Amino acid sequence: MSSTTPSQTTAADTLTVRVNGREVVVPRTMPEAVSGKAVPTTMIQACEAAGVTVPHYCYHPKLPVAGNCRMCLVEFGTPALGPDRQPLLNPDGSPVIRQSPRPAIACATPVSPGMEIYTDTDGVHAMRRAVMEFLLINHPLDCPICDQAGECKLQEYALDHGQAASGFDEVKVHKPKTVDLGPRILLDAERCILCSRCIRFTRDIARDDALGIINRGSYNTIAAYPGRQFDNNYTLNTADLCPVGALTSKDFRFRMRVWFLKESKSLCAGCGTGCNLLVGSRENRIHRFTPRQNDAVNSCWMCDEGRLNYRWVGRGDRLKSPLNRRSGATEWGTVLDETADLLRNASRGSVAVIGSARATCEELFLLKKLCQHLGARSDCVPREGEADGLLVSDDRNPNSHGARLTGVCFTEIGINLPYLANDIEAGKIRTLLVLGEDLTKPELELPTDLLGRLENLIVGDILPNPTVDQAHIVLPGCAHLEKRGTFINVNGRVQRFFKAVEPPGQAMPETGWLGGLLERLTGEAPARSAEALFNQLAEATPALKGLTWAALGDQGVTVEV
Amino acid sequence: MDQPPPVPGVELELPAALTAEIDEIVGRYPQKRSAAVMVLHALQDHLGYLTPDAMEWTAARLELQPIHIYELVTFYPMFRQRPVGNLHLKVCRTLSCALAGSHQLHAHLCRKLGLDPHGHGPQTTEDGRVTVEFVECLATCGTGPVVLANDVFHEHVTPGTADELLKQAGVSK
Ligand code: SF4
Ligand code: SF4
Ligand code: FES
Ligand code: FES
Repeated sequence: MSSTTPSQTTAADTLTVRVNGREVVVPRTMPEAVSGKAVPTTMIQACEAAGVTVPHYCYHPKLPVAGNCRMCLVEFGTPALGPDRQPLLNPDGSPVIRQSPRPAIACATPVSPGMEIYTDTDGVHAMRRAVMEFLLINHPLDCPICDQAGECKLQEYALDHGQAASGFDEVKVHKPKTVDLGPRILLDAERCILCSRCIRFTRDIARDDALGIINRGSYNTIAAYPGRQFDNNYTLNTADLCPVGALTSKDFRFRMRVWFLKESKSLCAGCGTGCNLLVGSRENRIHRFTPRQNDAVNSCWMCDEGRLNYRWVGRGDRLKSPLNRRSGATEWGTVLDETADLLRNASRGSVAVIGSARATCEELFLLKKLCQHLGARSDCVPREGEADGLLVSDDRNPNSHGARLTGVCFTEIGINLPYLANDIEAGKIRTLLVLGEDLTKPELELPTDLLGRLENLIVGDILPNPTVDQAHIVLPGCAHLEKRGTFINVNGRVQRFFKAVEPPGQAMPETGWLGGLLERLTGEAPARSAEALFNQLAEATPALKGLTWAALGDQGVTVEV
Repeated sequence: MDQPPPVPGVELELPAALTAEIDEIVGRYPQKRSAAVMVLHALQDHLGYLTPDAMEWTAARLELQPIHIYELVTFYPMFRQRPVGNLHLKVCRTLSCALAGSHQLHAHLCRKLGLDPHGHGPQTTEDGRVTVEFVECLATCGTGPVVLANDVFHEHVTPGTADELLKQAGVSK
């Protein structure tokens, strides 16, 4: 057995370099972005470790290194060796550093012991200026109509390292400005700096080797094979990766200047992976999702389907007002009073609850309390698809573990549904509370007239559907983008999300009306905030023991599930 | 998600000798993709130019995606995606030949054949018989102007000898 634990690093595993005079200790090797193989640590990684960002275009920490843009050029020196292969020392005992006569690209040059890297010399600045000048020679400079403006590396580095006026007297090369690469991506070929990030992403990450550089010389351009579409479920990540405005999302193109967007930290609710994302919204309208890096979940990516799944949030037909169809009441106080009365008067055993594994942990926590108080049996609705081996999970519910841990359903989600349906048909269950699920979906294979047999159908939902249509009482809720809460992903990652936009009309977070019902039924008001509810849930749940809302942070915490 | 299988092979009618030649070429390299340029040359020699089918066939044969073959075909000027004339005249335009008069020679040939002396890339006469192309150094710089007529070198070519060449090829009287 080895005497050292793997987490201990020994001097042999690390080496010391200097970045702009500051000493920094870095591992000798780091995992390669795609294969994970140990490869020598590069200068750019050492600089990063020293807190120095080297400007770069083609380098991306999650992609294989290409080394084609030359923006990351730095100067460096290495310890000089004497004829005896021993380091030469200055009179003060410090090693003699031999300056390299040539610069090196920091993204692809391994560090060596004692190396000194200089990122802030006149020479380095001159090289950056030259690279910028070169990149801008044929660039159309159409920032005013470019979607990337405001988050463009070319703009940013032009400000830092560019010249105010161009010295170029010739005629610019023009290239096609709207190349349809696929159903979701457009290419503006003259903005492209040919960094090949998009090619590497789709080849090595999305594993759809669809893009290449065609034509020779001044007219070379990114392309898919003629007649083929760049169409996998991850194409929109290339629009994020593209350091300039060459690849744009057809969905977001010309819709909103990025500097107007408010960015809220949220999650995708499209499947059990729970990709971390930023919601870009303005004036209460969502304009885009972009992935937020979380190496324990989604790295820097998300799938196109999840990314584009936001339009429904602003739909005009959202449920906006509570409603008791029998009394005609349409405001929360009365509707909740009437609902509580219904539940209070229902005989024990005649109430059932169908929750949703798309609900938050906090909602499910309150829902379970309600079930316990009413003696109601419950289950949730399974949502299955095919996993793609990349990010998309076969579980299309974002919070199946939350539903299990709160006890609203069993390990196998939906196993109870046929029994509940039987009891409804047999007249044993006469009151049903449904949270966020349409029970008429054909894949559930429930009898078509099932809901009609109920005396009381209470439905909390967001959009109209046939279940809502048949409900006696409708309680309008919020998309997860309109509230705060937690989901637990398929691997047990407990993650928080925050509110991006306001819900329409009187719609309120489900914890609001669930709390209102519990208060009316038990005389005790449960906590209202997602924080407090999560902390109570964690306290009460062995798997979440010791966790707090605050401890989850922006990246979440993985628990044993 | 696994790498999608290389394109389902397109059918290409090739003589057995050519298929055997291509097999031999592919066998020469430790990695199949290294054979791409040589396979494309073999196909172009046979077909006259590289059709989409030929590119897709090559991709499938070398277990690549067709975009990578397309990258090569659009990169190398010697690969062409359109047919050329029976007589393909490549006139050298690089320095030594230029000094020796290759630009005048190119202009002369173009005018004589009704082509644009300032046109880019290979230009073919309306009857499809002759193609004139201005190319970079043909590597016999001491004997310019140089013309490669199909696979035959002609050195010290003057407008007069060029006319002779056309006559011999039966293109003009
Ligand atoms: S399109 Fe964008 S990502 Fe792709 S090579 Fe051009 S600049 Fe790079
Ligand atoms: S993989 Fe799942 S969680 Fe991630 S973006 Fe796609 S649907 Fe959303
Ligand atoms: S970032 Fe190093 S060459 Fe592009
Ligand atoms: S310059 Fe014409 S053959 Fe070299």
